[in-house]
Amino acid sequence: MVDQYKKLGIRFMKKLLTVSLLSAAVLAGTAQARDYDTVRFGVDVPYEPMEYRLPNGDLTGFDIELGNALCDEIGIDCTWTVQGWDGIIPGLLARKYDAIMSSMTINDQRRKQVLFSDPYFTPPSAWFAPADSKITVPSKQTLEGKTIGVQRGTLQDNYATDMFGDVADINRYSTADDMVLDMDAGRLDIVFLDFPVGKSTLLDSNNGDYKIVGKMISEPKKYFGDGFGIAFRKRDKELAEKFNAALATLKDNGTYDKLYSKYFETKK
Amino acid sequence: MEQLNAWFTRLLADNEIFTAQTIGYYAHGLANTAQLVLLSLLIGLMLAVPLAIGRSSPRPWLKWPIFLYTYVFRGTPLLIQLYIIYYGVVFVEGIQDTWLWLILEKPFYPALIAFTLNTAAYTTEIFRGAIKATPRGEIEAARAYGMSRAKMLRRIVLPSAFRRALPAYGNEVIFMLHASAIASVVTIMDLTGAARFVYARFYAPFDAFLFVAAIYLCLTFGILYLFRYLEKRLLAHLKPQT
Repeated sequence: MVDQYKKLGIRFMKKLLTVSLLSAAVLAGTAQARDYDTVRFGVDVPYEPMEYRLPNGDLTGFDIELGNALCDEIGIDCTWTVQGWDGIIPGLLARKYDAIMSSMTINDQRRKQVLFSDPYFTPPSAWFAPADSKITVPSKQTLEGKTIGVQRGTLQDNYATDMFGDVADINRYSTADDMVLDMDAGRLDIVFLDFPVGKSTLLDSNNGDYKIVGKMISEPKKYFGDGFGIAFRKRDKELAEKFNAALATLKDNGTYDKLYSKYFETKK
Repeated sequence: MEQLNAWFTRLLADNEIFTAQTIGYYAHGLANTAQLVLLSLLIGLMLAVPLAIGRSSPRPWLKWPIFLYTYVFRGTPLLIQLYIIYYGVVFVEGIQDTWLWLILEKPFYPALIAFTLNTAAYTTEIFRGAIKATPRGEIEAARAYGMSRAKMLRRIVLPSAFRRALPAYGNEVIFMLHASAIASVVTIMDLTGAARFVYARFYAPFDAFLFVAAIYLCLTFGILYLFRYLEKRLLAHLKPQT
């Protein structure tokens, strides 16, 4: 007799538990559609001069300063989370941060996964090689059997793999500075990088003489997309609009030009 | 062969991620991983046997250097060892001009060196434990027969030590297979490197990593099967008598 009541009691507790868990889940779901007063940015550091650390550990760079300026303009706080490049979009989708501002090029393949702001910077890409290298122009013939360095998961990786993957060895690195380390060590014949980054880490560095091979490349759009943009989750349309408006304001009032000339000397 | 290739490409043509090119990367990765793991295990085993004998000798000038070696290579993570041997060695002045650069330039040999030294250290300790665990009675019997130390090692201690070490060594082999996943950090296109390539290119962590996990599972199953067969044959005398 007592056992029957005990069983009923247990079954009731189970039902109560399930219902309360489900309602908690539903409430948690609805809590996501919120206004952001703090935006967490994901960024892949280092990628000089777009984002890198000062000797005292502070983050700085064109992306960082522009991002902070945009947040000031909108009137929200922003924090920066360092995340490796090859997991940066999955991290955004997993809500580890709310936006990516890390020299990410807008292209169709990424547009399928994330929502982009307007482009804020449109650099070309360039091939860099040691100054005494015999390669004068990158083509299937000249790069046959050579070792090409790229950062894994970048548009330069996709371009190099599709164009030269079957004739050259492609070394893929997790970070740009591992690639520059190997370039300085003499393990790579040529690297393919965003032009400002290559200029800052190779051309302007003290670790060796380098040159640009061939012309700077911004086509085809399938790989090189439409310039750097800030990436958001697809549902955060309002946040993207706010950033677009702030970017337009900064371009009008001269803040953008000031930052641009601070990092990139002369315009183009 | 051409027909097989064409059929294979057609079969995978509708896939977005697992195209013939991507499967080619996984196959390349499997070949690299197998080479790396097999070579490092073989060379490590050949190094470990004399080192284990030296480690269990009573002479301190033999024992302590080997202990230092196993302590360093078991006491540091394999990733750190790999970083030092691949990236760190470049900072030695003038290394690019010596003959060492021939082996250190491409990433395969530094990775092989790191893996070999690491597995040799672990295997040395496994064999040393097995040698130390030789039953006293057998040693006394060998001495009573008047066997020299070398003969005793060759005929009594080492055969039984190998058999005793077999389960622990099987574990070490599986450990080495999974530790080899680190090789993609130094740009080697091994199995994990292929998975990271797919992950970075297609933003598909589940597809990329579940597929490679399945391949590792199959490889581990093969190793387990091999060691179970060896144990059945070599440790048959320890099975319960029916």
